[in-house]
Amino acid sequence: MAVVLPHGAFADDAATRPGQHTWVHAIVRWLCITVSLTFLAAVLLAPLATVFAMALAQGLAPYLESFADPDTLAAIRLTLTTALVVVPLNTVFGLAAAWAIGKFEFRGKSMLITLIDLPLAISPVISGMVFVLLFGLHGWFGVWLQEHDISIVFALPGIILATMFVTFPYVARELIPLMQQLGNDEEEAAITLGAGGWMTFFRVTLPKVRWGLVYGMVLCNARAMGEFGAVSVVSGHIRGLTNTMPLHIEILYNQYNFVGAFAVASLLTLLAVLTLVVKTLVERTGYRRR
Amino acid sequence: MSFRKASVLPGFGLTFGFTTFFLSAIVLLPLAALVASAGSMHWSDFVRVVSSPRALGSYRLSFGASLLAATINVIFGFIIAWTLVRYEFPGRKIIDALIDMPFALPTAVSGIALTTVFSQNGWIGRFLEPLGVKVAYTWIGVTLALTLISMPFAVRAVQPALQEVQRDLEEAAETLGARRVYVLWRIILPTVLPALLTGFTLAFARAVGEYGSVIFIAGNLPMKTEITPLLIVIHLEEFDYQGAAALGVVMLAISFVILLAINLLQAWGRRRHVQAAH
Repeated sequence: MAVVLPHGAFADDAATRPGQHTWVHAIVRWLCITVSLTFLAAVLLAPLATVFAMALAQGLAPYLESFADPDTLAAIRLTLTTALVVVPLNTVFGLAAAWAIGKFEFRGKSMLITLIDLPLAISPVISGMVFVLLFGLHGWFGVWLQEHDISIVFALPGIILATMFVTFPYVARELIPLMQQLGNDEEEAAITLGAGGWMTFFRVTLPKVRWGLVYGMVLCNARAMGEFGAVSVVSGHIRGLTNTMPLHIEILYNQYNFVGAFAVASLLTLLAVLTLVVKTLVERTGYRRR
Repeated sequence: MSFRKASVLPGFGLTFGFTTFFLSAIVLLPLAALVASAGSMHWSDFVRVVSSPRALGSYRLSFGASLLAATINVIFGFIIAWTLVRYEFPGRKIIDALIDMPFALPTAVSGIALTTVFSQNGWIGRFLEPLGVKVAYTWIGVTLALTLISMPFAVRAVQPALQEVQRDLEEAAETLGARRVYVLWRIILPTVLPALLTGFTLAFARAVGEYGSVIFIAGNLPMKTEITPLLIVIHLEEFDYQGAAALGVVMLAISFVILLAINLLQAWGRRRHVQAAH
């Protein structure tokens, strides 16, 4: 019978297929679902629920009050500032890299792609450490920077650099395969008909890759706001000055201020949920992660 | 052969130049500084730092726990991917979206939340405590944190491969009298094997470098529950930049080997896929 079934339609008709022990099948099905759900409940759902349970452990008022702490507010501000600088820069980079790699054939291309992906394979601690080695007091440019009264490590520039390093590939690795796959026909037509390069980019290419762009930017933003290891190494943990939200969580937690720590954590958890919602909506437009 | 093929499209010079400049400034030069810092050490100092008992203890934990976590994730990742691909049940789509949660959730949040759940009076920890199983502040906790943060890699690697298993092949085998276990062993597993290995390697690579979620649950005792990234941080806090760089280079070298392995595995998977299609 040559009937084309939509995806998922064969899920429950297995029992009607010949040569099947229906009850064995039912047990296996039940077992698989149970094992999957139990595993996910233990390692994923329980921790997520704990965040809110701990944040609201003493009621709503202490939860809301913990956001009035000036250090907490400073941490939220710093995290937002960092993301506001890092995400646009890495987006511009991602677009440029995708245009160069996706639209042209040149030697050493796969090497270039591997190098762009490199930060994903590197421990966050190392991603932060490289900037301490360069700009720290005992680092290569440490003395020079001190003489000119410029602080990078233990200050905002260091936090931004480390975050940029860690989130470097996020937009590029969405856009490169997308542009390669969509091809150059429309762009070539536009150029041949007399459109300029920028016009072609804004009117033809950008609309074509918009969902991949949103996808990459959302993931880049989530990582930029949530990065801990790399930022921890370069920040110096100065309260109210160089503490991002994840670092502030650590300080509050180590001071046994659990309501405060989990209150900040609940904000980041909501951000993560929002990220997943946007991601799922983008996937619903037919955009598939490569 | 020239450097690039001719094209009517403009902007190669601008975008290629910007890409390589930005990549060099943000990623390559800093990494070169790391290698150079370690390289400026005397060879005997380098060996002394990277093979100190404390360093060796941290490798044992970092690599042992990461291997264990990747193995757990391949097993459960296969079951979860199988469940999501093959069965229809209420909430399947939500579960499918939730798999990516560890990607989106900041590691510090995962760390404090897991520690709370698995500590002595936590939701799950209180049931494990009477059984004599201590999770928080032991190597089990480290493995658990690494399992959580690397779980999506395994599931997401296996899922598309499972979708591509040819159902007609399975049905043909069953019609010819093959048992279910035989079908699983001879048709399904060989098809998804490259994906399973890729998932294992990706999960391992992520777990080895992980810092944020582990330090909360680990207890951080030297030789016992101290991971290599934490040891690097400790060296940095003591302003021992060279020692930190030396350990960083060791981890970097391992990352390169893993990256190479991933590329080879994916090439192998593609080759098998092409052969199967013919």
